[in-house]
Amino acid sequence: MHTLPQQLANGLFLGSTYGLIAIGYTMVYGIVQLINFAHGEIFMTGGFGALTVYLMLPHGTSMWLALPLMLIGGALVAVLIALGAERFAYRPLRTAPRLAPLIAAIGLSLALQQAVHNLYPNATSPRVFPQIASGPWHVAGISFQSGDLFTLLAAPLCMVILAVFVQKSRTGRAMQATAQDPDTAQLMGIDTNRIIAIAFGVGALFAAVAAICYGLRYGQVSFDMGFEAGLRAFTAAVLGGIGNVYGAMLGGLVLGLTEAMATAYIANVPGLHQLGGQAWSSVWAFVLLILVLLLRPQGILGERVADRA
Amino acid sequence: MTTALLEVTDLRVAYGKIEAVKGISFTVEDGSVTTLIGTNGAGKTTTLRTLSGLLKPTAGTVTFDGRPLAAIPAHKIVSLGLAHSPEGRHIFPRMTIEENLLLGAFLRRDTPGITEDIERAYTLFPILGERRKQAAGTLSGGEQQMLAMGRALMSRPKLLMLDEPSMGLSPIMMQKIMATIVDLKAAGTTILLVEQNAQAALSLSDRGYVMQTGAIVLTGTGQELLRDESVRKSYLGED
Repeated sequence: MHTLPQQLANGLFLGSTYGLIAIGYTMVYGIVQLINFAHGEIFMTGGFGALTVYLMLPHGTSMWLALPLMLIGGALVAVLIALGAERFAYRPLRTAPRLAPLIAAIGLSLALQQAVHNLYPNATSPRVFPQIASGPWHVAGISFQSGDLFTLLAAPLCMVILAVFVQKSRTGRAMQATAQDPDTAQLMGIDTNRIIAIAFGVGALFAAVAAICYGLRYGQVSFDMGFEAGLRAFTAAVLGGIGNVYGAMLGGLVLGLTEAMATAYIANVPGLHQLGGQAWSSVWAFVLLILVLLLRPQGILGERVADRA
Repeated sequence: MTTALLEVTDLRVAYGKIEAVKGISFTVEDGSVTTLIGTNGAGKTTTLRTLSGLLKPTAGTVTFDGRPLAAIPAHKIVSLGLAHSPEGRHIFPRMTIEENLLLGAFLRRDTPGITEDIERAYTLFPILGERRKQAAGTLSGGEQQMLAMGRALMSRPKLLMLDEPSMGLSPIMMQKIMATIVDLKAAGTTILLVEQNAQAALSLSDRGYVMQTGAIVLTGTGQELLRDESVRKSYLGED
């Protein structure tokens, strides 16, 4: 299992999921300069939304039929919660000091966790997430589950759709304009409130896709899964250059690969044998973050702050 | 007989408790060039930002083309025919010149007309055409000003508001911008100009208003104000 190709593949699957979540952090930050700390929980609610749809389907429904429906259900829940948060928690605080919406985000994060913990049936402990029956497959020394295959298809597809949307569509151009200069965007006739809501919605949509990747990979969803995943994805967003959607995906992949490599190989370094294994994965993720912040604070693809003045 | 395209009555605007515009009234006649002059902090930019909806007045009325503007949000005002080229140009630096111009036509759906107007902007300012695929942030100050004007014109406005179009420009570039204003007027665009360069602005204005600490203290035709002793003293640098 510890072969290099296998570890690279693991890093890729892990990183794609981080990247999908990171897009939500980075899009919202790029437009309203808010770190939406509740985004990890938006991801989590997407997972529970998908699970709910599965539980409502007749017993024995094929996963190939169930998965698209779960995707729709998960996305619907995540997007509605994100839009609600934007409309009722963040928008009223838009002109408040920047600490206010940040604290609102942290509060919302805790509230969502507790709401799912207390209200969703049997969610006080992790709930089993359905699996695709076929697999695992073995290709060129790499073994992977059907869920990984889903990730491998979904992440690049989402990225291409997003890139085309931002670069080519009218709404995408309005989004860029709003990110660069919101007042002037209004003078062009752009409804910036609508654009901000769309940024939250798109981020939530991708988080829901990521939640299904996560559920399929780990076989479960839990009320607190958004905390760690959210923190990693936020790290990925900063790593790639916060505000840059391509950076978010790249940051996710770099983070995923670093984690996979470090957990597998650091123990082979003489004198470091006790630092190997999964228990240390968070340490390596945040060591990487600290290094990037020290050496290239704007992130891999980020622009220097002076350019944005 | 001319008619008022824009009519401002007893407009008041405040930032928190500080009143920046203290009950001003003025009109912009259809087809005219009207200028607000005054020193820094007189309330000129605040006035324009209120007219385009970015700031909400605390009192007073604004009537544009026969419609009250009070309850209309900023992003809907441009579709009524009021375009604003803001102070400091505010082009979108990381988008190309062409994308900036397209954003000026954001609410228009007539693709052939938009293409035609982009070409007209390139004819008016050839340098923009030469650099159409270049990021707007790489342009010089004067070129950015041309882009800001070109972008505002892309909505085919009835009234074009230009805030400090000559700020920071070389004398040659400034002459070019002023000549463009004259051309635009001749083509039938009504213009509301805010300028610190009073000499240049008043000499091409049909009417001017002098603002001082949030109030209008003097009005007249451009020529009258150019001859006025207090204007000459305060704004034209003469003893």
